[in-house]
Amino acid sequence: MTDTTDTRSHMPLGLAQRGYTGVIQHLAAKQAGSALSDVELESRLIELGFVEGARVEILHEGLVGRDPIAVRVDNITIAVRRREAMAIIVA
Amino acid sequence: MELPLLHLALVGTPNSGKTSLFNALTGSRQKVANYPGVTVERKEGFFVTPMGRQVSVVDLPGTYSLRGRSPDEEITRDFVLGKATGETVPDLVLCVADSTNLRLTIRLLLELKRTGRPMILVLNMFDIASRRGITVDVERLAKELGVPVVTSIAVRKGGTADLLALTDEISAKLATEPQENSWRALSVSELRATQREADRIIADCVSLPASPDTWTARIDAVVLHPVGGLIVLTLILFVMFQAVFAWAQPAMELLKSGFDALGELVQATLPEGLLQSFLQNGVISGVGSVIVFLPQIILIFLFILLLEDFGYMARAAFLMDRIMGGAGLHGRAFIPLLSSFACAIPGIMATRVIDNKRDRLTTILIAPLMTCSARIPVYTLIISAFIPAKDVWGFINLQGLVMFGLYATGIVSALAVSFVIKFFMIRDYTPAPFMLELPDYKMPRLKSIAIGIYTRAKMFLQRAGTTIFSMMVLIWFLASFPQPPAGSTEPAIDFSLAAMIGKALAPLLAPVGFNWQIAVALIPGMAAREVAVAALGTVYAIEGGKEAAEQIGQVLATKWSLATALSMLAWYIFAPQCASTLAVIRRETGSWGWMGVTFTYMLVLAYAASLLTYNVAVALGAG
Ligand SMILES: Nc1nc2c(ncn2[C@@H]2O[C@H](COP(=O)(O)OP(=O)(O)OP(=O)(O)O)[C@@H](O)[C@H]2O)c(=O)[nH]1
Ligand SMILES: [Mg+2]
Repeated sequence: MTDTTDTRSHMPLGLAQRGYTGVIQHLAAKQAGSALSDVELESRLIELGFVEGARVEILHEGLVGRDPIAVRVDNITIAVRRREAMAIIVA
Repeated sequence: MELPLLHLALVGTPNSGKTSLFNALTGSRQKVANYPGVTVERKEGFFVTPMGRQVSVVDLPGTYSLRGRSPDEEITRDFVLGKATGETVPDLVLCVADSTNLRLTIRLLLELKRTGRPMILVLNMFDIASRRGITVDVERLAKELGVPVVTSIAVRKGGTADLLALTDEISAKLATEPQENSWRALSVSELRATQREADRIIADCVSLPASPDTWTARIDAVVLHPVGGLIVLTLILFVMFQAVFAWAQPAMELLKSGFDALGELVQATLPEGLLQSFLQNGVISGVGSVIVFLPQIILIFLFILLLEDFGYMARAAFLMDRIMGGAGLHGRAFIPLLSSFACAIPGIMATRVIDNKRDRLTTILIAPLMTCSARIPVYTLIISAFIPAKDVWGFINLQGLVMFGLYATGIVSALAVSFVIKFFMIRDYTPAPFMLELPDYKMPRLKSIAIGIYTRAKMFLQRAGTTIFSMMVLIWFLASFPQPPAGSTEPAIDFSLAAMIGKALAPLLAPVGFNWQIAVALIPGMAAREVAVAALGTVYAIEGGKEAAEQIGQVLATKWSLATALSMLAWYIFAPQCASTLAVIRRETGSWGWMGVTFTYMLVLAYAASLLTYNVAVALGAG
């Protein structure tokens, strides 16, 4: 099995499957459609450690719509909904 | 020269051990648990340093920044910035970090530095960090941050010695003139820059082993499994409610026979008359009938405390987020609602962690529908009098099953009410985000569990001794006076004020199958739910006259029909029979209106549910 470069192209964390590991490329709050304003969402994500360069891994998913997801960010685990995770662009 | 009181404040990310540290320093017993958002209030305590300096220390809710996004975070922000009216700004801020997880705290610390307050970075939970092989170059860290750094183990004896020594050293040379406060809400790019800076400093000073906590990973593999996790959650709740019913029995029997013996002793030694009646019917039948339930109350608290200390609560919130979302509830609402099984008051306070106003309000409105421990006496009394204690399917206790059913009805109704709120008030709205740190599991600590249970048991007994006791005196008085005319043949109570009040109200409650004795019990039952049990005990004991030594449960079984009993259970699922809960709702929502709404909707539901239950039961032949 070869790891094509395609799977390494940029994608939102909100679309990734359980077991996915990657590195945060940038935040794109506009894409998330969250109830929060773009600035507020971005601020909160940064405050929880979602900054460029951080390693992320999806550890667990919920039952309904495989949502929310439990994400390992460096050495802590954060639960977020996929809607907000759409703002986290990873590769 | 006497030095002025030194003001310390504990600030840090949620779940970093601030309250543990507060308890260690001041010898207090504030609530500690392993999930973010335990502390939602400001708490002040006092201690004296080894050098003899008098210190006031304030424990604050955890926060990731000073922006103050939810009511609990605002408390922290206002205190640190000195915005709270009439407050002194802290002389020294102790920034408390979980040493296994420094990124977020160091970023917070860089933000706190802008407030100009003198600070110490406390690397707490250093025991766990060492066990995991995390090493920190403390001196270098202090130099890079420009802030003194000290390690601590809040939960170990002597684990705060270094911190105390450093506090003495620093407070001796604190500058007295106020420093510049240049804090303002950080822009996104400033936030990002501080996080980068924090990460750079950590890379320089901290060496992290590659492996995360393997135990947490293993347990989560089961507990957070999409299907398995929900099964585990259901099982935990089921065992909890079964246990409350089944396991507490022996201890309750013991207490019961103790009070019986006491009652007989009073009857045997005191001459017949008012004093004997007061002690036996008012105090022992009344207050005693409530104290009997202590073992069950302890059990339910034990379960909740164990789950909280272990670190399960945040997981349960994760599992339930989307499921509760269907009913218009936020995932963060789960922990407040689960604590409402113990008591709605801390549950309602705990909603402060919910930042969205509507989500918070919905949670407050439905929290009283969760079966709190004060309902346990009422449920248990009626269940054991009317439901046979047989096993179904070989292993499940039928009484326990009915108990579980009552809990389940409470939960389902709460979800239904929330759904209605969502439908009518909040048509088109994007759900507020759910973001929650899932802490590593920790072995529950015996001492903190013991303290937790002791505190709750003490509160329960104090309530029995004050609220319940005074209500009982009132009931006994109403049920005993005026005394019957000499030579009358009817029961004495028929002449009393209680009978007059009860009979005046009875027509209102007749459609739901309640007799006048229940009507009398429901009024003082507004003060606290258990009072109804005690009031029934007293009313029937006085009515019963000589044979009053009988158990209240046995009395009910002969006086009530099954339909009345079931109707009473239905009533207690919904009825707003708790003045303190209503008062807290008023305080937390800041409005009499919402308190009124809660009271009204619960009363309407209670009446409707009882009416339905009673009539269906009568139609089925249980009248
Ligand atoms: N092993 C160990 N556990 C600790 C230490 N300090 C705190 N804990 C545990 O960490 C958990 C969180 O402690 P709390 O004191 O409630 O944390 P907090 O910072 O007050 O949390 P919030 O009020 O939610 O912000 C509890 O389970 C404590 O028992 C420590 O030094 N060592
Ligand atoms: Mg705390």
